[in-house]
Amino acid sequence: MHVPSSWYLILSALLFTLGVVGFLIKRNLITVFMSIELMLNAVNLSFVTFGHMWRATGQAAIDHHIAERGQIFVFFVMMVAAAEAAVGLAIIIAIFRARGTLNVDQIDLMKL
Amino acid sequence: MNLYLYLIPLLPFVGFLINGLLGRRLPKALVSTVALAAPLAGFLVVLRAAMLAWPGNTSGPLAITLPYTENFGGSWINAGPLHVDFTFALDQLTLVMLLIITGVGFLIHIYSVGYMSHEEGYWRYFAYLNLFLFFMSVLVLAENFLLMFVGWEGVGLASYLLIGFYFDKKSAADAGKKAFVVNRIGDFGFLLGMFLLLAQFGSLSFGSIGSSLAANPALQGGILTAIALCLVVGACGKSAQIPLYVWLPDAMEGPTPVSALIHAATMVTAGVYMIARTHAIFDRSPFALAVVAIIGAATALFAATIGLVQTDIKRVLAYSTISQLGYMFLGCGVAAYSAAIFHLMTHAFFKALLFLAAGSVIHGLSGEQDMRNMGGLRKKLPITFWTMTAGVLAISGIFPFAGFFSKDADLYDAFEHGASGKAIWFVGLVAAGLTSFYMFRLWYLTFFGESRAETQTSAVNDNSHSTLHTSHSVHESPWSMLAPLVILALLSIGGGWIGMKHFGDFLAPVVGAVVDPEKEPGGETFDYFLSVVAVAVAALGWFIAHLFYFRKNDRAAKLAAAMSGVHSLLANKYWIDELYNFIFVRPLKAISTFILGWIGEGVIIRGSTWLLGGIVMLTGELLRRWQSGNLRSYAAWLAAGAAVLILFAGYAITDTWLGAHGIDIHINWAGR
Repeated sequence: MHVPSSWYLILSALLFTLGVVGFLIKRNLITVFMSIELMLNAVNLSFVTFGHMWRATGQAAIDHHIAERGQIFVFFVMMVAAAEAAVGLAIIIAIFRARGTLNVDQIDLMKL
Repeated sequence: MNLYLYLIPLLPFVGFLINGLLGRRLPKALVSTVALAAPLAGFLVVLRAAMLAWPGNTSGPLAITLPYTENFGGSWINAGPLHVDFTFALDQLTLVMLLIITGVGFLIHIYSVGYMSHEEGYWRYFAYLNLFLFFMSVLVLAENFLLMFVGWEGVGLASYLLIGFYFDKKSAADAGKKAFVVNRIGDFGFLLGMFLLLAQFGSLSFGSIGSSLAANPALQGGILTAIALCLVVGACGKSAQIPLYVWLPDAMEGPTPVSALIHAATMVTAGVYMIARTHAIFDRSPFALAVVAIIGAATALFAATIGLVQTDIKRVLAYSTISQLGYMFLGCGVAAYSAAIFHLMTHAFFKALLFLAAGSVIHGLSGEQDMRNMGGLRKKLPITFWTMTAGVLAISGIFPFAGFFSKDADLYDAFEHGASGKAIWFVGLVAAGLTSFYMFRLWYLTFFGESRAETQTSAVNDNSHSTLHTSHSVHESPWSMLAPLVILALLSIGGGWIGMKHFGDFLAPVVGAVVDPEKEPGGETFDYFLSVVAVAVAALGWFIAHLFYFRKNDRAAKLAAAMSGVHSLLANKYWIDELYNFIFVRPLKAISTFILGWIGEGVIIRGSTWLLGGIVMLTGELLRRWQSGNLRSYAAWLAAGAAVLILFAGYAITDTWLGAHGIDIHINWAGR
């Protein structure tokens, strides 16, 4: 069965929205962090889908680079996400050690 | 043959620069030398030009034919249709003016060395005086209206600086301001006249306007009347005529030699010079000429009546200057330009003399200016007395002194100027009688009778002049002051003997021929008859002054008491200053206070700063609450911003901008 591109995009939008909602309503810093990962991967999914769409239009025959761009961007995003996860988790551990809590409403040192 | 005309203004300007920039550090003797050298050298250049250009000197190899022009640096202003050259021109009229300006100017410079010797700011005084000579010679040498206007404004500046010479005295500073502002009203008229001239003739050069007029004999009245009336406004401001005369009496706050040079002999005659210079325009507009004649006659009479009761010696002379300038206007108004210039010349001699002699009296009395505190000075100041006598006789028009010839020429030309001229002649005659009365009143009060200096508390009026002298010893002035007096007295006695006929013939190429008595009805006999009438009226004025003031009596006081209304009207100068204050100054002040204080400062300046500050503070207050430090609120705003961006991209940009460029990125929901 041929799955249309739009389905992937709708799934991507749903995943992104879930990420945003989770980011906004969750108080635990680790959950917030996971929501961010969810948004990143939703974007990854749409990148892959668009890349596939470009290949299917046939325009890729004129310009080979366009077809691969979406997939290449996904690798960039994954790499940045990995780095961010490492740094972000380290910060979270440091905050927990310093404050004894991971509730974001209590972590407001940057308030004026 | 070169006349080096540029040296005439340039030399005083160099003097001004030297004294103005370095004078404070230079010794007094050097300041005087520089200040005196400038007008003397200028006078010599003028004399040389006069000799080369003399009417008899037509055949020699060095002969100059007038008018003679010198152009500097080609075109001065060249903007579209506007074309003005930096050109000096010398013709008979300019020559007469230059001889007066540099000659009388030099004498007054010499006098000033003595008069100002004890003053603070000696160098400053001479710097200003040289600056004045620079601008005045530019004014008369200019070959076009714009260059003339440069000189015109410049002499106003010099006048302002010198009236306010004792600037730490409030009345002097105010008088300077008043002179400047009133002159500005006149200059406004001058400027409008220049614009109209440009619109009509496309040129500001006297020569080309004259030739355009000559080529266009049909051009009469209309625009020319408008131009002429605008120029008359300018002339009224500079020459202190009704209604703009009010600044001149106050200008007496300046040092006395300044009153002699600027406010009697030269600058105030610039208006008369301007009318004579532009007479080609006035000749085409009988209405404008009639206005000039009426202004002149009215001013002559009006100022003379005020002069009757003034008690300040310089104020009497100031009103008499206004009155005599009225005579010159009257002469211009009846198209007797050469008679007006003749009176200008003799007036420069005798009025400079009178002011300098009055200055000598003031100097001798250590700053006393009130004639009620003078008297009996004939023996103590003999040379001042005799020279002043010459001046008084000259201004009163007693034969054979200079004023007789010129005033007679003015009045005769007025009489021969149609029916209205008779009325103007009569007004002039009455004013002549009044002139004679108040001048002899001044003469008697100052020099005859008992000295009244001791009886009165010496109310010291003149500037700071008094503080540097001991106030009791009356002393004759030094020779640096008396020598110019003697020379001017000789000129006042003999200056009129050139005769109207010769003077008129000399000026005829510039201002047109004079009225020739031999060709008029009545012939020369009638001219003599009018002269006799004029002298009789002057003698009557003298006689009444003699009755009132020669010996101590109460006739004058009785008359003043009998006509107390008239007396207070005259003593208060017809309340013109108060009237102007009420009609113009106070409403203007109120309006400017409103516009500047309320609208300008209050609304625009204060309001805009308050508005800007308020906007910033209000925004800051809002943004401060926004920055809560709550991570999730930041995230929400971020998400909301992203949503707005997406909406914007989805509708506004996609549909309009991208659509217009043929790019379609709409998501195809039913797509592959």
